[in-house]
Amino acid sequence: MKQTLVKITTEWLMRNHIWAFLFLVVIFFTFASPYFLSINNLSNVLTQSAFIGILAIGMTLVMINGEIDLSVGAILAVSVALSIGLQNSGLGIWTSVMLALFSGAMLGFLNGSLIALSGINSFIITLGGLIGIRGLVFVYTGGDALIVKDFSYTEYPEIYLGPFSITAIIFLSLIAFFQWFLTSTKHGREAYAIGDNAEAAYDAGILVKRHVVINFTICGFLAAISGILLSMRLGTAEPQAGRIWELWTIIAVVLGGTRLTGGYGSMLKTLGGVLTLAVVQNGLRLMNTPNYVELIVMGAVLILALGLDRLFTSKTRENV
Amino acid sequence: MSEVKNVLSLHGISKFFPGVKALDNVSFDIRPGEVHALVGENGAGKSTLMKILAGLYNPDQGNIIHQDKHVKIRNPLEARTRGILLIHQELSLSPELSVAENIYLGAWPTNFFGVLKKRKLNKDSLIALSAMGCDFGPKVRVGSLSIAKRQMVEIARAQAFNANVVIFDEPTASLTDTEKEQLFNTIRELKARDVGIVYISHKMDEIFEIADRITVLRDGTVQGTVHTKDTNINLITKMMIGRELNTFFTRANSEIGSEVLRVEKLCRKGEFENVSFSIKSGEVLGLYGLIGAGRSEVAETIFGVRKADSGKIAWMEKEINFPTPRQAIDMGLCLAPESRKEQGLVLNMSGKNNVTLPHLVKYSNYTVMDWRRELATFEKYREVLDIKTTGADQEVVQLSGGNQQKFVLAKWLCNEPDLLILDEPTRGIDVGSKSAIHALIAGLAEQGLAVIVISSEMPEVLGVSHRILTMSEGRLNGEFSGMEMTESNLINAVSQHLEQTA
Repeated sequence: MKQTLVKITTEWLMRNHIWAFLFLVVIFFTFASPYFLSINNLSNVLTQSAFIGILAIGMTLVMINGEIDLSVGAILAVSVALSIGLQNSGLGIWTSVMLALFSGAMLGFLNGSLIALSGINSFIITLGGLIGIRGLVFVYTGGDALIVKDFSYTEYPEIYLGPFSITAIIFLSLIAFFQWFLTSTKHGREAYAIGDNAEAAYDAGILVKRHVVINFTICGFLAAISGILLSMRLGTAEPQAGRIWELWTIIAVVLGGTRLTGGYGSMLKTLGGVLTLAVVQNGLRLMNTPNYVELIVMGAVLILALGLDRLFTSKTRENV
Repeated sequence: MSEVKNVLSLHGISKFFPGVKALDNVSFDIRPGEVHALVGENGAGKSTLMKILAGLYNPDQGNIIHQDKHVKIRNPLEARTRGILLIHQELSLSPELSVAENIYLGAWPTNFFGVLKKRKLNKDSLIALSAMGCDFGPKVRVGSLSIAKRQMVEIARAQAFNANVVIFDEPTASLTDTEKEQLFNTIRELKARDVGIVYISHKMDEIFEIADRITVLRDGTVQGTVHTKDTNINLITKMMIGRELNTFFTRANSEIGSEVLRVEKLCRKGEFENVSFSIKSGEVLGLYGLIGAGRSEVAETIFGVRKADSGKIAWMEKEINFPTPRQAIDMGLCLAPESRKEQGLVLNMSGKNNVTLPHLVKYSNYTVMDWRRELATFEKYREVLDIKTTGADQEVVQLSGGNQQKFVLAKWLCNEPDLLILDEPTRGIDVGSKSAIHALIAGLAEQGLAVIVISSEMPEVLGVSHRILTMSEGRLNGEFSGMEMTESNLINAVSQHLEQTA
């Protein structure tokens, strides 16, 4: 009985190598820095990881579908700018938030529709989005940072439930919801089928293009949620907000083990990837690592973790 | 016999592609409970016709009558809801999904909110699987199943969707003989349930075994539909290619010279063991065995793709070990691999570039390509091998299987090798190109080349070889030459060993 439990655990870890890796990283920093293993610090890490984390949820969905979205950072910036800018121009807080969410979803819808209608690779279309949407933000803000007028807006992130901030709770709930969405709904499972073998999915009568549009819309919507949470936390809207975050998002998702080529992955893997990135960053800062060294280490971590993945997958394959 | 009702019939179907008339006024019908074979050379229009039935193409002219109603099959979903199911040669399954999810792909049961009813999905799939006599459950990941079992998953769709027409496209291309028998039993069961079956294949013996009627296509037109019992292979072949093939096989009349390659007790764990043989110049050596017997693995090990665990390889009577294919190629040993599209060619590259790809050093001056020399080589082999292509720059992906295979051969012949290993040289190519390739093999041997032909097609091995080795389950278990080379000897050799190990 004990043996089977061990076996099940090792098998799960083999398929979700990132959690084993995260565990090692946590142990390392626990010994390396006395400040690391405290509830306060860990709660902080979780909150900080939530922004990239929520972007990563949408990215995971799109990637399982076999596509990629490079515009998430720019959509996040739109949502940051709109939620603060609209408030300042006299709309209520919640009206502004709703409009920001709506615009995120619409930009995602636009991405998805262009990909579905033109048949152009999503990498290209969203690369256009990355530049063009960022341009929109500059036009809207005039190139300057907008500062929120009603400071009650910045008090929302201070809501805590035990050690969990509202930001972290929203992030974890979204992970839970989308994990369920992927495993238990028709749309979620069909995303795997499309990413795995698009031709087979089409031949089976799955409406491939509709899936692409829906998943990009969800991805844009999630980017907007992340943007709103960020705007509440910062109280300002920088036109450069979320720059190169799309890269960190992709890194987190791939680190988790979701395949760039589609058809394989899960939200739990992505959660592991997001947390690993956040923990490494936090740990290095606690150890007073210079910023440029931090980047070198992060790059090495990415390659190391993916090496681990390759080692494990080749092992499990041999066992078959 | 009284007039039988058709489950599906096509009348005057035409389909045009830019510059080509793929189908010209084709009429075709399928009766319930019959196997109707569709044959023709590559490019005759079989796949176009099949894709029209499956809703992947729409015809430009003509009409389709399904169960006494005029219908239009606009997309794959429509075909499936009408009970028309296509089973692809390259299976259309998602390896990461479960068996049940694959069976009902595109038609999963859900509640009002789109949440999957997994229990119902698995239960229904189990019913379909057990009706087919499958020994695996609905929850297994498809990626972990063998090719034959994956095919069963596709056929289980016929059961699950209550299909009335099932189209098989080259279903036995990657099956062993036992698996083929299982497939045929399944087809007979479908037949007994009054399902109409379209069977597309290049393999004549299979068609004569399973089909009730045969329709022959040539250049997009129907050459005729005949009852299997009223015809024979020669007549069908004649209809297919429009001329009679007198000699299917040509055996080289060559002088056997000195030893080129000797293999002694070659072993690779889990793939093959104790493989020993030798081949002399001018000789055509057949290596017969089913797919999975370890034949390709032996060839790849000699060629330097895989590493042997133990054993010796002697090249021109000197012991040698090729660390990578590069050294083998330089020494004059070439391998035309089993899968043309994955290993043999770079599909999106032109014919000319494919031919010179392994020998770029010879076609360049200090790494700068000499395109004149390249072009000259290309033109030479285009003529020698009679390759039909629009020009040096045409991408090989646009060519038929037979012409693609000729490019694979050209690629190695321009290296002027001493030994050529051909792994399934005529798989999936039409009869005309097949005999051209067989004649070519004979010609090469007569020029003093040693050729190893690996094949699971018995007539091919028997037809072209001077000597035949049989292989099963990783061991060589028979050697035949001269009058001993008969079908029954080969079958006995291969199956004997299977029984011993069983």
